[in-house]
Amino acid sequence: MSKRLSEEEYQKTFSGKFRRWLSGEKDPFLGEVEMRRQEVRRESEAEERQREQDEKLLKERVYDLEHNFEVRTFQKVYRVFSVLFCIFLVVLLLVAVSDLPHFGHAENPVNNEVAERYIEKGLQETGAVNIVTGMILDYRAFDTLGESHVLFIATCTVLILLRRDRKKGGDTGEAEKEDVSDRLYEPKNDVILQTVAKILVPPVFLFGIYIILAGHLGPGGGFSGGAVIGAGLILYLNAFGFARTEKFFTARTYRRMSFGALACYSLAKSYSFYTGANGIESVIPLGTPGAILSSGLILLLNICVGVVVAGTMYTFYVMFRKGDY
Amino acid sequence: MTIFTCILLVFLVVCAIAASLSKKLLNTILIFMSYSLIMSIIWVLLESPDLAITEAAVGAGVTTVLFLVTLKKINAIIKKEDSREETDE
Repeated sequence: MSKRLSEEEYQKTFSGKFRRWLSGEKDPFLGEVEMRRQEVRRESEAEERQREQDEKLLKERVYDLEHNFEVRTFQKVYRVFSVLFCIFLVVLLLVAVSDLPHFGHAENPVNNEVAERYIEKGLQETGAVNIVTGMILDYRAFDTLGESHVLFIATCTVLILLRRDRKKGGDTGEAEKEDVSDRLYEPKNDVILQTVAKILVPPVFLFGIYIILAGHLGPGGGFSGGAVIGAGLILYLNAFGFARTEKFFTARTYRRMSFGALACYSLAKSYSFYTGANGIESVIPLGTPGAILSSGLILLLNICVGVVVAGTMYTFYVMFRKGDY
Repeated sequence: MTIFTCILLVFLVVCAIAASLSKKLLNTILIFMSYSLIMSIIWVLLESPDLAITEAAVGAGVTTVLFLVTLKKINAIIKKEDSREETDE
């Protein structure tokens, strides 16, 4: 029979510590990393004299351009050399370009067995009419997975750099003032913008969704469609303000969307890599080429990429604009 | 068609030079946006419409808006009324 530990004892066990860490009660940096406020620097009289002397010296030696022969000569030489260097670089690059094989020539090294395979067997193996999508999301899906993660990491970095912490912001008055000054120019009742947005936003969203869904049938795909939807969201936000968009899109929505899409992508691709590497027949049918529900996992992957990209674009904008949402 | 492409390419070079030489940051961003727009037309002419869609949405739309927001944040636009952002899809 297990004995129920008292609260004090439980806090000392590993699971108790872990629970406290998980719920954020214990600051992991406390006692580990030295954190203290920077002290205001005051300089003594001797230091002040030294600084004034240094400034004078600096002015005479560096900034007094009219009487300083060395600096003047250096600047002239610098300008000449920078122009010469640019010309050298341009010539070098042009020579390199002229050395490249002629564009579209049959004997070019790019026209090897890889391209041949893509063109000849692409439709048969991936089921995508659009060979480019077949390449990106089937043959080279691992690259695209990395790209989606890079985008997600980029958003995380932007969040870390630009996010304003309201709780521990210290001087909250300034943050509020900034908020007000930002919203001062937010179009509250801009009739032209709002009318245009009302007309434009639905077609933009529809077009973006079409690009994502028809990625394996025609030009387009997850990234372009997601970018179009993100731009539409930004237009909507500009026209109607944050109050309207926060009803359906918050940081939480974005987190869930990205996590779901990336997890979905990873799972789908793990499955196809597992079956592909072990020579197991995939149970997902390729379908008839040209139908919307065809080409195996490509449609799903396109939707995942589109969701991540649309959320990322919108989050970038909100972070640049406001700092939190 | 060749003449049209040549005109677009010349515009592209002019835009690139003008963007780097222009004194006002706002002008630079607007020129950069037109650069992206021309580039997306060139992508269509080079028969890669998927890239054209992406360039128009990202280059001309989102990047420009982000630049404008940043300019507004650092108070680089003196006339505040100019900073009203609009997206071009």
